[in-house]
Order: sequence, then structure tokens, then C-alpha cells
Amino acid sequence: MKFRQLIFANLFRKKVRLILTIGSFAVALFLFSFLAVVKGAFGRGADIAGADRLVIINRISIIQPLPLSYRDKILRIPGVKAITHNNWFGGVYQDEKNFFPQFAIDVENQRKVLPELQVPDDQWTNFVKDRQGAIAGAKTAARFHWKIGDRIPIKTTIFGGASTWEFNLDGIYHSSTIGGDESQFWFQWDAFEEGVPKSFKDNVGWYVLKLDNPEDAVRVSKAIDDMFANSSFETKTETESAFAAGWVKQFGNIEFLILTIGAVVFFTLLLVTGNTMAISVRERIGELAVLKAIGFSDRSVLFFVLAESLTISLVGGLIGLGLAALAIPVLAAALNGLLPTLILSPAILSVGLGTALLVGVVSGLLPGIGAMRMRVVNALRRV
Amino acid sequence: MVRVDGSGRTNSLIQVRGLDKTYRRGGEEIQVLQRLNLDVDKGDFVAFMGPSGSGKTTLLNLLGGLDVPTHGSITVAGDEITHMSGNKLTQWRARHVGFIFQMYNLIPVLTAFQNVELPLLLTKLSKSERRKHVETALGVVGLADRMNHYPRQLSGGQEQRVAIARAIVADPTFLLCDEPTGDLDRKSADEIMSLIIRLVKEYGKTVLMVTHDPVVAKLADLELHLEKGLLVEGSHVQQNAYAGGAA
Repeated sequence: MKFRQLIFANLFRKKVRLILTIGSFAVALFLFSFLAVVKGAFGRGADIAGADRLVIINRISIIQPLPLSYRDKILRIPGVKAITHNNWFGGVYQDEKNFFPQFAIDVENQRKVLPELQVPDDQWTNFVKDRQGAIAGAKTAARFHWKIGDRIPIKTTIFGGASTWEFNLDGIYHSSTIGGDESQFWFQWDAFEEGVPKSFKDNVGWYVLKLDNPEDAVRVSKAIDDMFANSSFETKTETESAFAAGWVKQFGNIEFLILTIGAVVFFTLLLVTGNTMAISVRERIGELAVLKAIGFSDRSVLFFVLAESLTISLVGGLIGLGLAALAIPVLAAALNGLLPTLILSPAILSVGLGTALLVGVVSGLLPGIGAMRMRVVNALRRV
Repeated sequence: MVRVDGSGRTNSLIQVRGLDKTYRRGGEEIQVLQRLNLDVDKGDFVAFMGPSGSGKTTLLNLLGGLDVPTHGSITVAGDEITHMSGNKLTQWRARHVGFIFQMYNLIPVLTAFQNVELPLLLTKLSKSERRKHVETALGVVGLADRMNHYPRQLSGGQEQRVAIARAIVADPTFLLCDEPTGDLDRKSADEIMSLIIRLVKEYGKTVLMVTHDPVVAKLADLELHLEKGLLVEGSHVQQNAYAGGAA
């Protein structure tokens, strides 16, 4: 492009200012990526939740148990295809910093209800046969360098004081959905039932059921909650996505917080860049007038200003997104599983770059239109 | 031949008829040019003189299509420019007018070569053709060896020569010079005037120049004085009054 030289020469006119403006874009885009990744991590449970699954918890709170006897009653409700149950174990591996979720699972029905969490058949068979067996998510196994056959000690903090439960790692599961949770640690519900004090026996943490038809979700939910209304263990049944969203809300309105911070960051960026472009155009109004005098059109002048602001936003945006791509995996490792999987998706990168370019256009538009409308005679008089 | 009485030939290169320009400042109307006539033929070199505020630069701006008159017409090489739209006028300027300013008005972040090349970016010339034209123009002004220098690396006289190269590179119909020596010492001013005279004599360029300097004005084929919004022919008129170079 023959105007490239002119555009780049003007861009590099004030190098420090250029670097600072690009830097502000890079920082803003880095922050945007980070916030979007955190928002995505919190919301991912709801996003990937099965539309045909319901979660049943105690109406008071998820930490209150439900009787195991509910299972068969629920299974008899028309439209319920399969049901499984889990218990939260809340143990510690070696050190309290090594957090990951451990569940006692219903071996018979786990794979029927949660088929996306896949274990190779031979590993599953070994697990079923082994009362002390365990299956770890690929992410947790990689994190602690576990391999099949390892003996894994988990110290419980809830059940049976400070005793340590020992498990044999029989298998590793992978999620077939992108961003699916691969951090869980499963062991047999029967082993759990044997090991916990009497007061915990015959209770489950929550049920997950699979429907024949997702359209039955409302009817089945109501039927379950009505069935156990006014009992000692009233239930709260909701779709898996609603359950996941509710779980996130326990941390506060993360989405609102992130959107607010993001909006403030971009508005500030718009002011900074707009001001920079306005100063830059004002400084060389005489030069732009000369360009118009020698035959450059009003549109050309607007194009030059917009090209500069877009170049700044594009370069700054790419630097910010590039830094985020490098930093987020490091950050995810440093968080030690405290947050769900942090993924810088192509969608986040596209939205980030699109927003950067939008800020570039808006910040260049006002001074560009001013330069476009400037009367050459008046501007030359000021030179 | 230059005429100011409106009796010029119909095929004059530049033909100005009944030109009025009125500015409104506050509630007051200031008439700068009044029913002004002018005929300039190809190859003429005209100097406009007059006290500050007499309308010299206004006339130059109107002739260059940078401003529009209140009344009257300006016809250049058969095209009447007074009724052209903004876009058409911009295109017309690119094709027909070469501007030389008092303060040179070069783009400081571009080299001499890139500054001279600017008007050619609006043409369909290839890169190699543009290079050839720029080298020729810089050769004419004697700065072929300075084409990669930035304006800050050149003297005032050299900067003005680059500006002249920029004005002539696209071979415009005429050149408009607004105080081309106003910011230069006598030696540099003489060099610039020699160059402008060479453009007229050797290359047949038509030059219209505004100046305060009677020494410079004398070098033109004809001096025209702006008095009360009208052009008055003859170099003797009020010459002493301008000799001090009053602003």
C-alpha cells in the first residue's frame, strides 16, 4: 500500500507516546483475557451441563445429606432413565494446599448418568473389582504425577477424625467435552459406606439423574420435590446447568463483577487512546492541511487517522492477548486447582481483538472527523 | 499577457471575473476583494503585493481552490472552479496546482524524497515511475544528493527547494507561491528566486506569487498591487510604502 510509509512515519513520530499507548492496550487486553477466562471457568459447569440431567440436593443445603432410600422411589417416577449418587469426601492429599474434589461414587450407575467422563473399560473393570480402587481425572493425575497402580493416601477431615484412607489408582478418566472437569477423584461408595461412622451410613450427598427426555425436566423436578415435601429430608431438584450456575453464585455475582471491571477497563482505554489520538492530530493539523491542499481528499485524511489508531489497537491487542496466552497456563498451575480449568478460548481471543479494534475505531473517529472537516485555509493560517 | 481590466483573451490560462470575497467577523462584513478581474497566460510570472490584510493570500487561496468566492468566477484551463464540489476541487488541485508556502510546510517525519513523492501518491504511477519523477524534480532543484535527508537535516533554503520540488513533481498547470522567500536570508532568497525564474523561463511554468519584498517582486514579469480589494497594475505604485516589508 503506497500510503504505508506516511502512516508508519506518523505513528513513530513520538515513540514514547506510541509505546505507552500500545502498552495501555496490551495491559487492558491482558486484563480482559484474564477476566474472561475466569468468567468462563466459573460458568463452564453450566455451559457443559447435560440438558437431560437433574441434580437433587437437600432443600436446606448441599451439605445436608439425603437418604439412600430415595433412590428407588425416584427411579419409579415416569421419565427417569437412570440415577446415581455421590458423596463429598473432602480429604487432603499430603498437604492442605493440594486441593481437588474427591467423591464416593455409585459404581453401578456412574457411567450411565455421566457418560462424558470416560474411563477405558479394562481400567473400569479393575476399579469395580477393587474395593480400595480409585479413578482420578487426567488433570489431577498429571498434577501429582500419578500413574496406574500407585497407592494414594487421602487424609479425611470430615469422616472419622484425622484418619488416612488408602486407595489404589486403577484408572484415569478423561472428559469428552472441551473444558470438562478432569480434576475429580472417585472411589467406591461401598468403601465409603464401610469406612464412615454409623451416623453417616445410608445417606448420600446428592443424586444425579438422567431423563428419557429433556422436556420432562420441569415435570420430573416437581414430582420429586412434591414426593418428599414435608418429610425430614425435603429435596431441591433442578437441572444440572441451574445447579452449576447456583454453585457459582455462592461466590457472589461473578459475571456482574467481571463485566463491570471489564467495562471500566475498556472505557478508560477509550479515554486514554482517544486523548492520545486527539493530541496527535492537533499537533499536526498544519501538516494535514498541507496534505489536503496538495490534493488529498477529506476521506484520505480520515483514513490516515483511523489507520494509525487501528494499528495501535491491533498491535497492543495482539501483545496483550499473546501475553495472556503465555501467562494463563502458568497462572492456572499456580492456582493449584482452586479454580476450574482456565481456558483462553478462540472465542475470548476473537472478542478481545474485536473489542480492541472497536476502541481503535472509536478513538480515531472523533479526531479523524475533525481533521476531515477542517478548513485548509484556517489550518494553514495557524502554521 | 497579464490583464486586470477584464479584457483578456477568452483562452487565457487563468481567467478571473468579478471576484468578490467578503468575510463576516462578529456582526461586521469585511469586503476583502471587490469585483476583481485578472487574466494570466501560460508562462506568465506575476507578483502580488500589498499591505497586510489587503487580500493577497485570500486571492491566492481562491485561485488555488482552497477557498470559495462570495461572487464571481475563476476559470483555469477552461474549467470553472468556483462551482466545483469539495471533492472535485480537491481532485482539481491535485492535477493543476503546485503550492509553495512561506514556512515550506514539509512533513517532518518524511525524507525529502518522501515529501516530494506525496502528490504522486494520488496518481496511478507505479513505484518506479514515481521514483523517476521524484529524482527528476529533486534534480531540478539541485537536491538529488539530499533525497534521504529529513527536513531537520536541511537548511531553510534547502527545505524550500524541497517544497518547490514537491510543487512541481506532478507537473501542475500553475504554481502558487505564498511569500516563498519570507522566512529566508537574502542569499537563500536569491537562490529560491533564481530557481523560480528558471522554472518560468526553462520549463514554461506559470507562477503567481505573493510577496512583501519589492526586490523579489521586481523579479516577476509583472507586479500587481492589491488596493481596496482591486488589482492595480504597475510596479511603481506605492512601492516605497512596502519597501520596509511591513507585515
